[in-house]
Amino acid sequence: MMFNRTPIAPLEYTRKLWMRSWVGLTMLFLYAPLIILMVFSFNDSKRNVVWKGFTLKYYEKALHNDSLVEALVNSLTIATLATIVSLVIGALAAVALWRFRFPFKGLVEGTMSLPIIVPEICLGVAFLIFFAKVDWPTDLPWPLNLSAITIAHITFCFPFVAMVVRARLASFNKEEEEAAKDLGATEWQAFRDVLLPHIRPALVAGALLAFTLSLDDFVITFFTSGPDTITFPVKVYSMVRFSVTPEVNAASTILILLTVILTFIALKLQGVKGIAETH
Amino acid sequence: MTQAKQPIIQIRNVSKRFGKVTAVDNISLDILAGEFFVLLGPSGCGKTTLLRMIAGFEMPTEGQIFIDGQDMSLVPPNKRPVNMVFQSYAVFPHMNVTDNVGYGLRISGVSKGEIRDRVAEALELVKLGGFEDRMPDQMSGGQRQRVALARSLVMRPKVLLLDEPLSALDAKLRAQMQFELADLQDKVGITFVTVTHDQDEALSMASRVAVINKGEVAQLAPPADLYEYPANRFVADFVGSVNIFEGKLTLDEPDKAAVDCPGLGKIYLNHGVTGPHGADVWVALRPEKIYLHVPGKGKAVRAAAQDAPDGHNLARGTIKGMSYLGDITLYEIQLGGGQMIRVSRPNLSRHDQEDFTWDDKVSMHWRADSPVVLLS
Repeated sequence: MMFNRTPIAPLEYTRKLWMRSWVGLTMLFLYAPLIILMVFSFNDSKRNVVWKGFTLKYYEKALHNDSLVEALVNSLTIATLATIVSLVIGALAAVALWRFRFPFKGLVEGTMSLPIIVPEICLGVAFLIFFAKVDWPTDLPWPLNLSAITIAHITFCFPFVAMVVRARLASFNKEEEEAAKDLGATEWQAFRDVLLPHIRPALVAGALLAFTLSLDDFVITFFTSGPDTITFPVKVYSMVRFSVTPEVNAASTILILLTVILTFIALKLQGVKGIAETH
Repeated sequence: MTQAKQPIIQIRNVSKRFGKVTAVDNISLDILAGEFFVLLGPSGCGKTTLLRMIAGFEMPTEGQIFIDGQDMSLVPPNKRPVNMVFQSYAVFPHMNVTDNVGYGLRISGVSKGEIRDRVAEALELVKLGGFEDRMPDQMSGGQRQRVALARSLVMRPKVLLLDEPLSALDAKLRAQMQFELADLQDKVGITFVTVTHDQDEALSMASRVAVINKGEVAQLAPPADLYEYPANRFVADFVGSVNIFEGKLTLDEPDKAAVDCPGLGKIYLNHGVTGPHGADVWVALRPEKIYLHVPGKGKAVRAAAQDAPDGHNLARGTIKGMSYLGDITLYEIQLGGGQMIRVSRPNLSRHDQEDFTWDDKVSMHWRADSPVVLLS
């Protein structure tokens, strides 16, 4: 009798078999493709079908592929620039929409989130036509040759930042800002000392969103990139058109690792800051 | 002490309209230096709007506010010599107690050494010594309020504004904070202006109370006057509990007056009321000022009513409801005419001698100086 397990309480979902298997299935569905991609990046075979043995040679090959590395550097540069600009525009737009009442506010809000709703392909074509019409120079030196892509990326990244920041602002206690002013703070000081710390988590989340959105964008980039500018997703696409070699797997694995590490650092920074403030 | 009676805040014909809604309607009043001033009123009466206009967060539609003789019309909140304790306390959640309290001094460029000393002094004043490194989310509501208080007091304002300072605290803590606030005000000598809807709070802390109703001042008086000499039915009813009966003024001389109340009977007062003869008036009678006894018994107590002519200031009724509150018992008594009157009786001994119960026939009487005649 003493081996009897305590009965499962109604809310103890983690102890229910059907719940566990369902979670397991979901995980499998989400991550199996990624895991296979990573595993086969170590496969000692030209084809991606059968496991032939462990090797790191495709990583070496990928890292020595100059145009692949160039594409990766381009992608990271674009993502960084687009993130910084989106963060500033998005946060300011969110604060403006939250604080002020002005005519056609609804319209402004609607048009701002348009880039989220409009199909990417339409945006891509629109940018293609736009940059052609204004005769955007394509033969600029690096990194100016990335300007068209960067502008396009900012367009669809900043609404995401604005959305996240806006949601965070809803929980802001306006009396805190008034308290700061009451204690002598100017408009700017109150923003810097009270409002900004409140929206910081939203800024981190928004930055992560913008960075990853920009980094893996294919459609819009494909339409806006000039003949000599290439980004990582576009490069991978062109490599895959010939054959899916483990080199592509290796490059993709590096990218996944890079984003995971960046996300980790960003979240850690946030956490460390929070802890530092308590001591 | 006559010097302390200078007005520190002068409110002159101030109105505030939000669109078609008038929140504050032509209010003029003086708040004296060093006093504990309370704005009392039901929610939505405009008292908070008035406080926010003093702080500078709202601009008057009409009229002017002077602080220490200076017109505040064009002075933004961050330049006014007043500080505010907000209803939500508005303690900065990402700063510890020291940084919160020192914030105002820090942005005004006070030296680090002075900030440290003044913050320590302010924390001592609100009894938060030892909490320097706490974050707001590690503190109780009462403690956060003390942080907000210290944060304002450290600025040494001429006036401290408090918006419903005790509304978020539980009953025990509220009673304690009432004493502490009054004590604190006494210690620092700063003028306190508090907004509240709680009459107990107003009566216990204030040196003067302005009762606000529908954007206007219904009465401005010290707490005891407010309770014992209400100026109108609104004040009588809002401050404390009261029985109000409609009647006609039948006698009005300098030293006596009489009112005939159909619901209650003949009421005699040992002072004049200066109202037009035969006018419709209201008589307000506080529940604790009515003596209750079994008809025929308790003659000794009845002597107290002998300051009125026979047949005046006496009423009979039937007990219809009782609620025992520990220190007092409240009786709901139905009068002959069917109207209800409320009488409270202190429980002077553990075992009541009279032992009233439901449906007992009782008689009531009151002193000739107890009723208040109200003209509006």
